[in-house]
Amino acid sequence: MVDLTTRYLGLQLCSPVVVSASPLSDSIETLQRLEQAGAGAVVLRSLFEEQIVHEALDVHELLEQWTDSYVEAQSFFPSLPEYNTHPAAYLEHIERARRDLQIPVIASLNGVTAGGWTRYARLIQDAGASAIELNIYFVAANADETAASVEDRYASIVTAVREQVSIPVAVKLGPFFSALPALIRRLAACGADGVVLFNRFMQPDIDLETLSVVPSVHLSTPAELTLPLRWLAILRGLDVPVSLAASTGVHSAADVLKALLAGADVAMMASALLLHGPDHLRVVVDGVEAWLRERDYLSVRQLVGSLSQASCPDPAAFERAHYMKALVSYSGLNGWSTG
Amino acid sequence: MVRQVLFQDTTAEETQDVTHEFVTVDGNEAAAHVAHKTSEVIAIYPISPSSAMAELCDGWSAEGKTNIFGTVPRVVQMQSEGGAAGAAHGALIAGALTTTFTSSQGLLLMLPNMFKIAGELTPAVFHVAARAVATHALSIFGDHSDVMAVRTAGWAMLCAASVQEAQDFALISTAATLRARIPFLHFFDGYRTSHEVNKIVRVTDEQITGMIDPGLVQEHRDRGLSPDHPVLRGSAQNPDVFFQAREACSPFYARVPDIVQAEMDRFASLTGRRYRIFEYMGAPDATRVVVMMGSGAGAAQEAVEGLNARGERVGLLQVRLFRPFAVRAFVDALPRSVRALAVLDRTKEPGAPGEPLYQDVVAALAEAVGDGHLTGMPRTIGGRYGLASKEFTPAMAAAVFAELDAAKPRNHFTVGIVDDVSHSSLTVDPSFTTETPETVRALFYGLGSDGTVGANKNSVKIIGEETPLHAQGYFVYDSKKSGAVTISHLRFGPNPIRSTYLVERATFVACHQFNLLERLDVLEFAEPGAVFLLNSPYAPGETWERLPVELQEAIIERGIRLFVIDADRVAREAGLGNRVNTVLQPCFFALANVMPHDEAIEAIKTAIRKTYGRRGELVLERNFAAVDAALAALQEVAVPPVSAGSRHRLPPVPPEAPDFVQRVTAMMLAGKGDLLPVSALPVDGTFPTGTSRWEKRGIAAEIPIWDPSLCIECAKCALVCPHAAIRMKVYDPALLGPAPDGFLHREWTGRDLPGSAMTIQVAPDDCTGCGICVDVCPARSKSVLKHKSINMEAREPHLDRERSSFAWFQQIPDVDRTTVQIGTIKGSQMVEPLFEFSGACAGCGETPYLKLLSQLFGDRSLIANATGCSSIYGGNLPTTPWTTNRDGRGPAWANSLFEDNAEFGLGMRLALDQHALLARHLLSGLAQAAGEDLATEILDADQSSEAGIEQQRVRVAQLKEHLHRLATPHARELLGVADVLVKKSVWVVGGDGWAYDIGFGGLDHVLASGRDINILVLDTEVYSNTGGQASKATPRAAVAKFAAAGKHVAKKDLGMIASAYGNVYVANIAMGADNAQTVKAFVEAEAHPGPSLILAYSHCIAHGIDMRAAMSHQRDAVASGYWPLYRYRPRTSASGEHPFQLDSKKPTLRFKDFAMSEARFGMLDLANPAEAERLMQLAADDIAERWRLYEQIVSVERTAPVIMDDEDHTRTALAKEEGGDG
Repeated sequence: MVDLTTRYLGLQLCSPVVVSASPLSDSIETLQRLEQAGAGAVVLRSLFEEQIVHEALDVHELLEQWTDSYVEAQSFFPSLPEYNTHPAAYLEHIERARRDLQIPVIASLNGVTAGGWTRYARLIQDAGASAIELNIYFVAANADETAASVEDRYASIVTAVREQVSIPVAVKLGPFFSALPALIRRLAACGADGVVLFNRFMQPDIDLETLSVVPSVHLSTPAELTLPLRWLAILRGLDVPVSLAASTGVHSAADVLKALLAGADVAMMASALLLHGPDHLRVVVDGVEAWLRERDYLSVRQLVGSLSQASCPDPAAFERAHYMKALVSYSGLNGWSTG
Repeated sequence: MVRQVLFQDTTAEETQDVTHEFVTVDGNEAAAHVAHKTSEVIAIYPISPSSAMAELCDGWSAEGKTNIFGTVPRVVQMQSEGGAAGAAHGALIAGALTTTFTSSQGLLLMLPNMFKIAGELTPAVFHVAARAVATHALSIFGDHSDVMAVRTAGWAMLCAASVQEAQDFALISTAATLRARIPFLHFFDGYRTSHEVNKIVRVTDEQITGMIDPGLVQEHRDRGLSPDHPVLRGSAQNPDVFFQAREACSPFYARVPDIVQAEMDRFASLTGRRYRIFEYMGAPDATRVVVMMGSGAGAAQEAVEGLNARGERVGLLQVRLFRPFAVRAFVDALPRSVRALAVLDRTKEPGAPGEPLYQDVVAALAEAVGDGHLTGMPRTIGGRYGLASKEFTPAMAAAVFAELDAAKPRNHFTVGIVDDVSHSSLTVDPSFTTETPETVRALFYGLGSDGTVGANKNSVKIIGEETPLHAQGYFVYDSKKSGAVTISHLRFGPNPIRSTYLVERATFVACHQFNLLERLDVLEFAEPGAVFLLNSPYAPGETWERLPVELQEAIIERGIRLFVIDADRVAREAGLGNRVNTVLQPCFFALANVMPHDEAIEAIKTAIRKTYGRRGELVLERNFAAVDAALAALQEVAVPPVSAGSRHRLPPVPPEAPDFVQRVTAMMLAGKGDLLPVSALPVDGTFPTGTSRWEKRGIAAEIPIWDPSLCIECAKCALVCPHAAIRMKVYDPALLGPAPDGFLHREWTGRDLPGSAMTIQVAPDDCTGCGICVDVCPARSKSVLKHKSINMEAREPHLDRERSSFAWFQQIPDVDRTTVQIGTIKGSQMVEPLFEFSGACAGCGETPYLKLLSQLFGDRSLIANATGCSSIYGGNLPTTPWTTNRDGRGPAWANSLFEDNAEFGLGMRLALDQHALLARHLLSGLAQAAGEDLATEILDADQSSEAGIEQQRVRVAQLKEHLHRLATPHARELLGVADVLVKKSVWVVGGDGWAYDIGFGGLDHVLASGRDINILVLDTEVYSNTGGQASKATPRAAVAKFAAAGKHVAKKDLGMIASAYGNVYVANIAMGADNAQTVKAFVEAEAHPGPSLILAYSHCIAHGIDMRAAMSHQRDAVASGYWPLYRYRPRTSASGEHPFQLDSKKPTLRFKDFAMSEARFGMLDLANPAEAERLMQLAADDIAERWRLYEQIVSVERTAPVIMDDEDHTRTALAKEEGGDG
């Protein structure tokens, strides 16, 4: 029997495969299926502060806009008992998930203001979440905003949230930092218990019919795993005091194993589950266990980080040299001549 | 809420301290509270100003609030007030405690049932916010003409004069009706009491229970129809017994006054508030007494106190129980010293020897003298006051007392107006005032959209409920739906406030919108030394320079202290947009010194939490931030000793406006309509059209600016503009010579009218800035996609150029209607709209259809307009958007009622048809004298095209010339009706409340009449004008008032009902989805020789949408199948026709995706997601089912003959096809 347990954010997980934030977490029934299929933990779909703010202000604006402006009609809508602009439904979902599941339930929060981050983090904690995943994705579109000030912003968010909550806090980051290890070390100092590499967000696309900018969301592919792999390996080697989660491109048992080898404490998956259904998770976990068993590993812990930059026989492979090699081999594969 | 011991009831048998709970509410809420507590069944229908009572009860029942019997009252919305009365009658006769609420026309519709309910001795209370009945004009405002019109029905009538009384009398009348078995009309003055916010003592549930005798309730239930003890009610009686049976009820009426007084006494013992059925107040030895009822008594009482304080001996006898009129009690209530009486009536009964209360008083006095109870008849005069909420002030009451002192007091006088025709009016001394220094009087000028009224309502509540002070708020609105000015009148002070009139001497004035200073004299009512708070976007020094000189002078002369704040900036920074209310409210509290600063801020925040709490922390945080930032931004302006500058207040209308507009309209626009004498006004309610063009409101911050280089001449912008503020003209480029600098134009590339120039022009002072034109503009810049051919830009920098351009544009000749294809989008927009610059909501979804109608047929249309939004923006003075062309022709418009509009329009058709018959008959007889050829051409004219109509106009003009010369009796007669020989178009216009609900019976009858009549239903799917109540047009799953939990049943398919007749043209249209189908439907409907029904999807603010994108919503409504486009075109040929044509494609958008973009659907999802999901699915099923049905109907063959039912009428569609007269 291989020991599949792992520790993530100080939590003891029964399996290194974690369900990342996605619509799959909207139904308690699906969450239970995922648990039965061997998930180590689940991350609920993000609570978006921006959306809450928008809805609250839209409702307010709408109810106020035409109020008291005409003698025969001092309002245009009935007064409803509740407008649910508060994230009550989300918080109730956390409570139910915690009640109905054995595995840890991690809530995800996507904030836009200092007040929002802290207020909702506190509410999430009060609702009973096992941990919080802060999903920070800031597009620095202002030419006056420097890389340093962007990093300051991340640090201050983590500090503010840490001051408000006592449960573990993970930070889900994008890959677009010039000095990722230093940033993560700083976030750890601010109180982050772990980092999730990396987040994938809605990207703008262009509709050629309507000549308009439209949102687009694509599922990840296994090819995308290589980006987190590199950084996991580097970070594990640097001994940064945080839990590491691999996200993006984890589709199969092989992908999970690679992530763990590189240094992830857990591997998170969503796209593959959306594609193949919640029971696919059982295939993945069984695959991991079989691979470990075949190779006489006793536990996942043995595996984690065993091929990190610090542990691997060829550390440079995670750095620039690797890039050159790949390019050469790629050209060769296609039979191109570099002439 | 503060609990205070206010009353010590020393008159009750045992002296007791009563602890009171104060609430600050309006009269409607005060009455509705009791009505809901004491009713089991409530039948409702919206009508101003009583709608709020129905809405509150509906809301309370929806929330599960119970009555004193422990059940939730069952609230049912009916299709009309007649229906509500019928349902109430049925519930009553089955033994339920039942009520309803209404006003004005609604009460009149209840009259037949009211006779029955009284005749059957049924305990019931109807609560009425008394309102003027429409006569020469509609008025929504308060007087007693409605309740007086039903005084013969046999109901007891109890009149409340204040907000407190509206609550207390609701209860007393309920207690009394159970004991008396006579139904009660409990009424109070519309708006003045129904909408005045005042601090009152709330009646507790224990007190209500204490007043309602369970034994009497059981007796009522026992009388209810039951098969277990069956009886017969409502028999038909013959001459042998009816009379005697009618007299059998008399003892019940005789007992009512004593019962009411006894219930009032019981109420006093429970609450400490003592009332009498006739309440005398004033000098015990008064020689002159005024008798009146209703809210005016508050002002009269102040006058009595003021006059007596000056040593006079006067009194007021307030009538509370008007019917049954208790003669003995009335006489006993009068002081024996009285020598002269003036009876004031708030109604006019033309032709009567006096108004109703006067008649009753005179009869009572005569009877008392006759039976020796009174030794002599005091001199008694009667007068009218306060019609349609005309102000009634202490000064006016004082004028009445002065008149009673005259040697020969004038009888049948009026007070409050200047009657220079019948010379009935009393002279009022404007310096007479009863305002006391301890009462703070505040006036606030704001816009409907800025939250001023809402904040002031909150302020009144704060002062009323958080301090020992008394407080009163009353709110005045102008008649526009967009950019409406609101004036809030607030009073507060240590004593109860019964000043039932507007603030005339303000100690505090606030102007929340800087640009109002240009148009209004906001300091007109400011006392010397008053404080003036101005929301200004400028620094203090610059603010002063920008004030109109007249305002500067007023400030200097009256020593007014001026404070400024840039509230818009503070609100913006707090993330509140243009809602300046929470910024200005703390400034008011600070400057008016109502309560300690910290307490005030706390109280404001508490009130904000109460008002907005359900909308989330974020909303509260932002409002709190605005409150906190307010005072720091408030600055006092050092007022210079002399005025300076060149800015002056603008005249209300330009000098070139016609005489009537200068004399009459301008006064109303300036807010001085009260000063117009009787002689200035038309005797029969007939007003000129074409007046909105003189009212330059300039309310838009941004206006559309045209870029001719990108324009593709599609005319969509002009088509959709709800305010006719974007126009298109195609004209001879030679005219461009003297065009002003900056006048924009381009070459017209259309194949018709080659070589022409064209211009799209905005009317910069008439545009409301709704942005719909920009949303629909399809022409974009290739290099910057957001730049269209028309773009919203700040108005100010473009104003001068656009003003001179629009002026010049207007004098460019309009295109000759006969040369363009008027039935196309472009063609229709080349011709002049005869509906322009209405005060409809910015972005209104109804008005584009009316404008199109006016373009297509306006020069020959009669319009019957149902009461509702369209009659308000169409016909609410001061101005009307209906206008004329250069020849003086244009739509002739009339509003009759809400319920009768189809019949009203049918009457117009009948008159035209009859006159056409007469004209044709006369012309046949005069053919020889007038010219055979001309006569034949006229009689056989083909008027199916614009050219044909124009030719007929020329012929009729020739005919009239001949007739002038002939001068025989027949020629003169024909001359009088000859114009009818030119084809006329009758349009019946109204909203869905009319067509689907209250007017459906008439509409159905008119559809069945076979007559050539065109019906346009502006379907907003709710009662828009009264604030968004559900109608039978409201779709399933939408939230509306009276359907707060989401409408459970599907929308009525009126189009299919109409098409079932077979010979009715029906079109379901949505301009935003298919412009061309819309234009086509109008043209086809008008051409159809029988009845035509157009159902026009009209987006509305009550849908909760971004109005800028409203036309896109229409497109999505169609794309989702929610509003399928179709036309049912009756055919008259022999066989094989498929009259039904689906014009829209099979749904491509999920209903939910459309619905969730509108708050009317989305709000339910926020409030109750599970129910929203269920109803949404049902609504989607509705759509699918209807689509399937329509697809099947497409292939149905049908040929219903279109034949007039009138034998005299020569024309049938069949005849027309065979070469009839068209």
